[in-house]
Amino acid sequence: MEVFATALPALNDAFAMILQPHVIGFLVLGVVMGLCIGVFPGLGGIAGLSLLLPFMFGMEPVAGLALMIGMVAVVPTSDTFASVLMGIPGSSASQATVLDGFPMAKKGMAARALSAAFASSLFGGLVGAAFLTVFILAARPIVLLFQTPELLMITIFGLSMVGILAGRVALKGLVAACLGILVGTIGEGASSGALRMSTYDMPYLVDGLKLVIVGLGIFAIPEIVALMRRDKAISDRAPLGGGWAAGVKDWWTNKWLSMRCSLIGVVVGVIPGLGGSVVDWIAYGHTVQTARDKSQFGSGDVRGVIGPESSNNAKEGGGLVPTLLFGIPGSGSMAIFISAVALLGTGSIEVGPSMLKNNLDFTYAIVWLLALANVVGTLICIAASGGIAKLTEIRFALLAPFLFMIIAFAAFQSRQEIWDLVALFGIGLLGILMRRFDWSRPAFLIGFVLSAPAERYTNQAYQIGASRFRRGFEEGLEYVFSPIVIILVIITLLSVVIGLRQAKNIQAEGAVAAGSKRAPMVFLLAITAYIGLAYWNSAVIPDFARMDRVFPIFVATVALVGCALLIVQMIRSDETAPVLADREAEDAAINIHGLWATLMWFASLLIASALVGFIFALAGFLLLFIRIRAGKGWGYATVYTAAGIAFICAMAWTLNRDFPPGLLQSYVDLPWPLT
Amino acid sequence: MLKKTLGALALTTALVTTQAAADGHQIDLSGKTVEWIIPFSETGGSAKWANFYAPLLSEALPGNPTVVVTFNPGAGSTKGANAFQEMTYEDGTTIFGSSGSTQFPYLLSDPRVRYEYSDWNVVLASGTGGVAYLPADLSGKLGDGGDATPLAGEDFIYGSQGATRLDLVPLLAWEMLGLQVEPVFGIEGRGDGRLMFERGEANIDYQTSSSYLSGVTPLVEAGTAVPWFSFGALDADGNIVRDPTFPDMPTFKEICEATDGCETSGEQWDAWKAFFVAGFPAQKMVFLPAGAPDNAVATFTEAFAAIQERDDFVEISKARLGVYPQLTGDAAKTAMASATDVPQAAKDFVINWLSERYGVVLQ
Repeated sequence: MEVFATALPALNDAFAMILQPHVIGFLVLGVVMGLCIGVFPGLGGIAGLSLLLPFMFGMEPVAGLALMIGMVAVVPTSDTFASVLMGIPGSSASQATVLDGFPMAKKGMAARALSAAFASSLFGGLVGAAFLTVFILAARPIVLLFQTPELLMITIFGLSMVGILAGRVALKGLVAACLGILVGTIGEGASSGALRMSTYDMPYLVDGLKLVIVGLGIFAIPEIVALMRRDKAISDRAPLGGGWAAGVKDWWTNKWLSMRCSLIGVVVGVIPGLGGSVVDWIAYGHTVQTARDKSQFGSGDVRGVIGPESSNNAKEGGGLVPTLLFGIPGSGSMAIFISAVALLGTGSIEVGPSMLKNNLDFTYAIVWLLALANVVGTLICIAASGGIAKLTEIRFALLAPFLFMIIAFAAFQSRQEIWDLVALFGIGLLGILMRRFDWSRPAFLIGFVLSAPAERYTNQAYQIGASRFRRGFEEGLEYVFSPIVIILVIITLLSVVIGLRQAKNIQAEGAVAAGSKRAPMVFLLAITAYIGLAYWNSAVIPDFARMDRVFPIFVATVALVGCALLIVQMIRSDETAPVLADREAEDAAINIHGLWATLMWFASLLIASALVGFIFALAGFLLLFIRIRAGKGWGYATVYTAAGIAFICAMAWTLNRDFPPGLLQSYVDLPWPLT
Repeated sequence: MLKKTLGALALTTALVTTQAAADGHQIDLSGKTVEWIIPFSETGGSAKWANFYAPLLSEALPGNPTVVVTFNPGAGSTKGANAFQEMTYEDGTTIFGSSGSTQFPYLLSDPRVRYEYSDWNVVLASGTGGVAYLPADLSGKLGDGGDATPLAGEDFIYGSQGATRLDLVPLLAWEMLGLQVEPVFGIEGRGDGRLMFERGEANIDYQTSSSYLSGVTPLVEAGTAVPWFSFGALDADGNIVRDPTFPDMPTFKEICEATDGCETSGEQWDAWKAFFVAGFPAQKMVFLPAGAPDNAVATFTEAFAAIQERDDFVEISKARLGVYPQLTGDAAKTAMASATDVPQAAKDFVINWLSERYGVVLQ
């Protein structure tokens, strides 16, 4: 009762603060800006908030909050456009949406997939806000229950989703996940700073690869290259009737699924240090496991969109708990949010442990501004989805150069070095080959995303656990096997068993025919060689840095055993076995262009960027591509190029970003944007 | 009307700037964009510090240029600092913000360091302090005056960002007090260290002053954390005195004196003090690149001085920066010299200690 006595007046104050015309106005402004930025992969809340920061100083607190929250809240909504329409995971929040959303777009159901996603996002956002209103008062002790062993178990639970997404040959999925983990360990070890698969001579690798690059390379590039080779529109058939109304109806049919996934989103989002990266995989896994008919997952089941999308907006609400209560940002954008709040007004609002006591009304204002921003953002998105979905009907040769431009620019935001483009190309090539030989790309991505938390929490739990055991055996056991850990272990085991039993039904990327033995074998041997190299490279890490050695060695060992078994299977099986799947054999009829010829276009953009800088290279690329590959006239190509360059420059100028310089720029001083 | 007002305003600005330019000691930045490079990510303490100053700097500089903070993170800030070293002065539109994590690799001869502080021109040096705290039960065991001797048998866990980072100062302090502290490496920010303490996994921690004020004070009020000592502050003669933000807390020096076996002289103490001085009293600095002319340095120095003369500066800076000297001009130069010129003996001691205690080899 006492809780309500403090909560209700604060809630009342919060609504009085929010429901003022100018506050709503700022909220809508923030939402529109957030939607515009979120549409581009790689540019999320961080870019948007940095843009707003200069205006925050001394601004009226509620108005500033409305502007910022409007922007942050809708990024996971609007990046759905890229996930569904292009198969590009716009941010870590929409990785799983790609799995079913993009196949739906290919089937001509883009508008339906989008509106189902937006309806789910809206619902998730509202459930998140409602849950938080009550939970935030009791959250502190509960959040503190999640110690390192619990965090480790949640990470492992996330990894166990590989079981569901492993594809037809479970072993291949396992090796793909291990490979993802190993790629995630590249760079300086978190524990002792030992270098893994990198040297100080190549500073780029020392910091490891970023999710933007790996996500774009593994998902987006293979799809774009495949579509370019077919040279049709994304959607291979006429749009199905119903449009956006059908999507909303789909959501209503699955409202309980949406409710469950929203709750998963809030609860996982509340836990500091994990939230974003696992939540949509857990929601997707839950969706698949609780569905009766699983045959369509991966090839366009709308439930595969509803599940993750319900969870990712709810997660934003949950993510406010560590941010507001502990002052620990759950994500990069939340970190900027914290420092921006301190700029507001007289600087009297301080995000952190004192927030609930001193500023409960502001806390509630933040929670409900978030919900309101979701409503506004969703309405705009649903209204726009029918029109934007038409993109899938454009001939792809005209869309592709534009996409390459956006992707290259997005990748460059990772570290602002030319190496970003090289890394994108390298990972893209790996993605293309994984797609070709039917290795699970979702499994690889899960491994990559969870690699760092898995290693960090393993090492920390081990160290702290060892110290507890030194104090007493019982105390150690209590620490390592808390009730929450035991529950999570049981859930994980169940999920793995059920997942493995069902994996054969769920072909995340559709069925693939097999071809000859040679090509799949060469790819497998190449992967084995890399894993072997990673094993050797970790094995030579000296003893004093052993904490950086154990994890990659363990993962590489598992992967090598998997590779060995696969090699045996490949040698033994006949040429039609699923283990030898090769998409080239299957798609030979519909591919107009060769793989390498298509790839050369992208490689030439990269090489030209390294020589003359991005803008010159891009101009040449757009012009020649439209003229030669798309077969349009010079006039058309010139206009297209001018429009493309103008667009990218306007975007970079607004966000205050530069473009990759080339060799030319190190000799000649050129004005922006050519620098 | 509006046009006229704007016109008049522009004229006045032009007059003022010409006057300043005529004086010959100021550069005019009207219509330009000053880029403030931070060699860390958008999410760290340096970002907060720069974001605090950026709008104020824009108001204080002649011509009111736009000031944008850009981030060039990587390799513990050595990447951004190396890039800044390559730059030469053009028109005063590039400044750089360094931190303790930029200073330490420089002092420890990290192989990645290719920058040289003495090439740069310091225009601001911001100080901070640090506070160590304990859980209530362990704090209760402390002897008189915070004597650490009774804690000698305890098993301590400390969440650390890495032994070569700013954490070097507390880690060496624990060791001097004879505590058995096992650092758990790999946490991503000091906030995560505090969370680890709140969860009961770590049982010793420190925070820099502003994080202590916002993050730990509520724990102290709730009785779950008890402050032990502050690292202290420097007086004009370079002696360690009580931190002005925490005048009631003993300094590390006082605790060390009260504890058996902890010496406030000798090479270990000298090394600790040298690295404390390098890491805290002038933790974050703003530089113009090599080759900046005197009038550019003067312009920025005056702008930062003007910011501190604002009537509301004390109020708005208290929560963001704590009550610490924000030094400009000669004071900033002195602070930089003491922060980047550590005696060779102290360096050798720490390099040796790092390799023996943590196996960190800086080749």
